[in-house]
Amino acid sequence: MTGILGLSAARAAAAIEKGELGAEELFAFYRERARADANASGDGLNCFTWVAEGISDTPLESGPGWSDGEGTAGAGPLAGVPLAVKDLFCTKGVPSQSGSRILEGYRPPYTASAVTALTGAGATLVGKTNQDEFAMGSSTENSAYGPTLNPWDRARVPGGSSGGSAAAVAAGLAPWALGTDTGGSIRQPAALCGIVGLKPTYGSVSRFGMIAFASSLDQAGPLTRDVTDAALMLRHMVGRDRCDATSLQSPSEIELPSAERLDGLRLGVPREAEGAGAQIEPGVRESFERALKLAEELGASIEEISLPHAPHALSAYYVLAPSEASSNLARFDGVRYGLRVPGAEDLLDMYTRTRHDGFGKEVKRRIMLGTYALSSGYYDAYYGRAQRVRTKIAEDFKTAFEQVDLILTPTSANVAFGLGEKTANPWSMYLSDYFTVPMSLAGIPAISIPCGLSEGLPVGLQIAGPAFSENRLLDASYALEQALGFEEGAARV
Amino acid sequence: MIDRDEVLHVARLARLQLSEEEVEPMAQELSAVLDHIAKIGELDLEDVPPTSHVVADEMPTRPALRADEPRPSLPREVALAQAPDVDQDGFLVPSPQA
Amino acid sequence: MSEMSARPTTNGAEPRLEPVIGLEIHVQLATQTKMFCSCALSFGEPPNTRTCPICLGLPGSLPVANARAIHFGLMIGMALGSELAPRSIFHRKNYFYPDLPKGYQISQYDEPLCRGGILGEVRIHRVHLEEDAAKLTHVGESGRIHGSDASVVDFNRGGTPLAEIVTEPDIRTAEQASEWLKLLRTTLRSLGVSDVNMEEGSLRCDANISLRPTGTDELGVKTELKNMNSFRFIERGIKAEIERQRQIIEGGGEVVQETLHFDPNSGAISSLRSKEEAHDYRYFPEPDLLPVAIGEQMLTAAAADMSELPADRAERLERELSLTAESAQLLAFRSELGDYFELALAASIGGAGPHPPVQALANWVSGDLVSRLGEGDDPAESKVEPAALAALVGLVAEKKVSVGAGRQVLDRLVAEGGSDPAAIVEAEGLAAIGDGDELAEIVATALEANADAAERVRAGNEKAIGPIIGAVMRETKGRADGAEVTKLVNEQLGI
Ligand SMILES: [Mg+2]
Ligand SMILES: [Zn+2]
Repeated sequence: MTGILGLSAARAAAAIEKGELGAEELFAFYRERARADANASGDGLNCFTWVAEGISDTPLESGPGWSDGEGTAGAGPLAGVPLAVKDLFCTKGVPSQSGSRILEGYRPPYTASAVTALTGAGATLVGKTNQDEFAMGSSTENSAYGPTLNPWDRARVPGGSSGGSAAAVAAGLAPWALGTDTGGSIRQPAALCGIVGLKPTYGSVSRFGMIAFASSLDQAGPLTRDVTDAALMLRHMVGRDRCDATSLQSPSEIELPSAERLDGLRLGVPREAEGAGAQIEPGVRESFERALKLAEELGASIEEISLPHAPHALSAYYVLAPSEASSNLARFDGVRYGLRVPGAEDLLDMYTRTRHDGFGKEVKRRIMLGTYALSSGYYDAYYGRAQRVRTKIAEDFKTAFEQVDLILTPTSANVAFGLGEKTANPWSMYLSDYFTVPMSLAGIPAISIPCGLSEGLPVGLQIAGPAFSENRLLDASYALEQALGFEEGAARV
Repeated sequence: MIDRDEVLHVARLARLQLSEEEVEPMAQELSAVLDHIAKIGELDLEDVPPTSHVVADEMPTRPALRADEPRPSLPREVALAQAPDVDQDGFLVPSPQA
Repeated sequence: MSEMSARPTTNGAEPRLEPVIGLEIHVQLATQTKMFCSCALSFGEPPNTRTCPICLGLPGSLPVANARAIHFGLMIGMALGSELAPRSIFHRKNYFYPDLPKGYQISQYDEPLCRGGILGEVRIHRVHLEEDAAKLTHVGESGRIHGSDASVVDFNRGGTPLAEIVTEPDIRTAEQASEWLKLLRTTLRSLGVSDVNMEEGSLRCDANISLRPTGTDELGVKTELKNMNSFRFIERGIKAEIERQRQIIEGGGEVVQETLHFDPNSGAISSLRSKEEAHDYRYFPEPDLLPVAIGEQMLTAAAADMSELPADRAERLERELSLTAESAQLLAFRSELGDYFELALAASIGGAGPHPPVQALANWVSGDLVSRLGEGDDPAESKVEPAALAALVGLVAEKKVSVGAGRQVLDRLVAEGGSDPAAIVEAEGLAAIGDGDELAEIVATALEANADAAERVRAGNEKAIGPIIGAVMRETKGRADGAEVTKLVNEQLGI
């Protein structure tokens, strides 16, 4: 793969820096690719919900008094590399709909901190990407704007909820993309699309301006072609934001990875990965075991570890996330912005009909689930218990990290599944996040890197580390990436 | 596990209208999910403290508070720009007393 | 059977009923900015000009708690002798209403910032912090909203920091409720944490009211009375509700637990019972805010900002200066008067002039001086210097100036200022006419001119002395001492 399309974000930035490539040229190249896909309607992948006209569409400041983020489009260390941004990030004056009908056409008056951090460093906004409505889903089929297709096989889903971002990067419609991960929404689509997806430590990237799904779990992160790009993007996103009280100052700067070997590194494979919840496909298992073997060849030791409460993570997650979501989504009431169904008889009628028509099926299901779990008489049995399970899961990881440095699992038990295959049975869809949810509950960083193909479709390897171990995580991923030699450009056309 | 009346009660709390055809499937789907979730009921979690905020609890205490210093507010036309209906410089809604 | 639980029921007579009242007070805190965003607080600005993505509840916005609001909350807790929480933690209280932009109010739930405490004779249950709702104005029939009455929402007030103070049910009468609320207002005002103005809504009070047989300690069914936006209405509202409940119970009925609205114009009480089902607020810990440990530093800072509390000051003035309880309370509860009084007292102790008696000085400050200033004015902002008032009171005490003449001097001080009342006395010829012959002569003249009155006084009618003294005072332009004149009149009449 040669030419502009063959350049990773880091290499494109370097080319611009050296004057070998113009920022305008790079931007126009990706804008045209994104636009072509967006205009192809039925024939495209449906990655984008909005495509920029020009670099000038890039929001640089958050709005009156809301951020210190400022810069010049195309200038800075990210030197004009176009960025695709998941729909749920608020972008000033640009549609930010979180995949929902209830926010159709909504243009916020401010921009999310994670976005201004990147545009302030020189990235340019090329488009907003499709997603499951309010990030609730694992296939991007729950978007009010139609499903995104997997560039490896258009009859299959790209994963979700950041499916538009993952498919756009895999298909070369954007050099890289910003996504969010609540229970696996960066890692699982990255795995299913054969790219790199990193969910950072909870709190390390500001959530300000991210349309919330579940506040205690939502985390922004990069979806990129390779590990170096993930490190580069993360490097410019992390940091304490005074607009987000839960944001934390990372103890160290994010470095670009360079490790070639894994000597002395102790890698743990949880015994519970074989748990009843998820049947690992044989092809996925094969790729995973090949990756383990390679890691050993690179000097790492592989040990079995135990995460005894991990099999309960999904249950706890499907109490906690919907509960928070039921409250976070209460603001969509037809009063200040978004949809209002006309002709209401009274206030209650306006509320209930607006929310009935504005929210999709899965969102309503989770609002119901969360409202039920928090309601009088059920709180202790559901929310209170799930919070305690969360404590146990975090403790499990802490214990495991006394024994090993990093933990490896498949990212997903299966490769990309067919469109419509899991929509009828919610729990079967929820199982897509079986391997990713425990890390989300523990708030620890985890990355998915492509580790092979099964039946011609990408398989993801998940690597997780303790809180704020991103540098070690990226280094190990980089060494493995080089050794694995995944053909990352196969879906680009 | 969750019956029709409970579904309607919860929908009312959540201000969600459910059409007649939506109630039964919703009850079934929620029940199926709750069946899976119910497994955490089997765990012994006595004396386990609940976690509301992960990671931060282990960080050295630092104030996550804001200094009491005013910053500019939004111009009114911006505040009202996205509203479905506006009247007398405010957001117009059906009266709660109606 | 103990005496306490003995019921006074005799030959079918109804047991006497005793009101049990607890108050829930919402106080807007006098911070610069809102509770969870940096919008300046609104004081009557045009609608929706003090909003931002956070207080409008725009998608993606996040709250960050105002440090000063927590600081003020701690000061309130210290003033009320509450137990302060080791950490500040917020919960979400979920319900839908157009004045609540996020669909939940960020409030405190099972870990309020302050627990327990006492003010005056009333125990405090808890104090917690929360955000205020927006303002909802009913605009009636609107052509814009199909077939329904409409309201307009102004989010300027939304997000203003509130301290909710909940008392134990220790209040027994309507008067006690309003008196106690005044004590609370004075206390909060002296702390500087709130404007505590009922008319402007920075102090709002609801009352929980029930009745029970006197002498028992069971609690009856209570009602919650809302919308009492002045001290007068609080008294009238609570009285009306006590009477309503008394009639129900004495008529053999049962009080229903409900929320009531008091209409101050008609004095009527009506039910606010809505079509709503019982509330289910689905409280859970606010995931957008980390609990903040209340550290030594925050406690020290709050303690450093505490001034002497009115109740403590009243007690000190009474104990150390032997002021009457009434006088001490007056000076303590209007702290600007207390401050002025203490300045004047200090000036007199350091000054050269005659020392005023402490009680007299207190009376002059809270009586003569206040009545010459505008309602609620701070004497410190008048032209009367504390030292000058102290000197004047000293002159009066030493009878160098009569009380009447002293008041004339005070008129001059109020109008023109000046630091030397003695000089005004001199210049205006207001010095007291003492026991000399001059006063005796004037008295003799007055007796001649009021022969009838003189006769009646001689006959034993003491009250008849009025016109005689009046004549003397007119003649002396008030410079004579009343007691001295009476003495001379009696002497000359041979009584
Ligand atoms: Mg309250
Ligand atoms: Zn605001």
